[in-house]
Amino acid sequence: MSVGPLHFMALAAVLFSLGLYGVLSRKSTIMTLMCLELMANAVNINLVAFSHYRTPALMTGQMFAVFSMVVSAAEIGLGLALVLAIYRLRKTVELDAMQELKG
Amino acid sequence: MSETVSPVMFLILAFATIGGAVMMLSTRNVVHAAFWLLEIMVATAGLYLLLSAEFLALVQVLVYAGAVSVLVLFVIMLTLRRREDAIRPYEPSWAGTIIAALFLGALYMAITRFVPVIAEMPEKVPGVADFGREMFTTWMLPFEVASLVLLAALVGAVWWSKGGDGR
Repeated sequence: MSVGPLHFMALAAVLFSLGLYGVLSRKSTIMTLMCLELMANAVNINLVAFSHYRTPALMTGQMFAVFSMVVSAAEIGLGLALVLAIYRLRKTVELDAMQELKG
Repeated sequence: MSETVSPVMFLILAFATIGGAVMMLSTRNVVHAAFWLLEIMVATAGLYLLLSAEFLALVQVLVYAGAVSVLVLFVIMLTLRRREDAIRPYEPSWAGTIIAALFLGALYMAITRFVPVIAEMPEKVPGVADFGREMFTTWMLPFEVASLVLLAALVGAVWWSKGGDGR
């Protein structure tokens, strides 16, 4: 058996779906952010796998993975800062408690 | 790293990542979930090594296993008032399960129809030096923009998380 791009795509698909389930089901803001990181991680695995199999010399996928990591690092930093700001205002991080925009 | 991917290592690391994700979603303790996320990130770094992306494996360990995990743990500890608050009620979601399963099915159909075109591996497997050369020639401008993004995120994070009434 040789491991091809399809195996990595399947692995990333399973990881992404698990992350999607977590984002949709968790009620804690921090857990939601962690599941978002899991989804970004699955995408990065796909990018690096395609880089290895498709453009091994140019490493285009690896470059995209680097920039994707930059964006998700910024996202988790800002997201956690927002969680802290919300906690300071509301004394809770439950998503159910934030309903001001509900009509 | 060799140009072929070892099946045994791939299976071990795939088990580690998917098992870690399942454990992260099934545990009720938020702190345990953060540690499972750390395990997933380290296993992903192993997958990058398997794909001969040494630099990315290093960055993955530094940024995700190092910085992001510590940040997540800090915020968990800062937003818990009692130790028992870390244990959360069991919260299954049928809608979430159905949407995630439908998404996985759509991805499965897309993957089975996909015919990969595999390029020939060059004689010399590109290493970290080639990566750096490529990054600072072809990808110079995106690299600088990325540093601006990080600077903006840094300032924004400090601004948002600083004391409530300090204007």
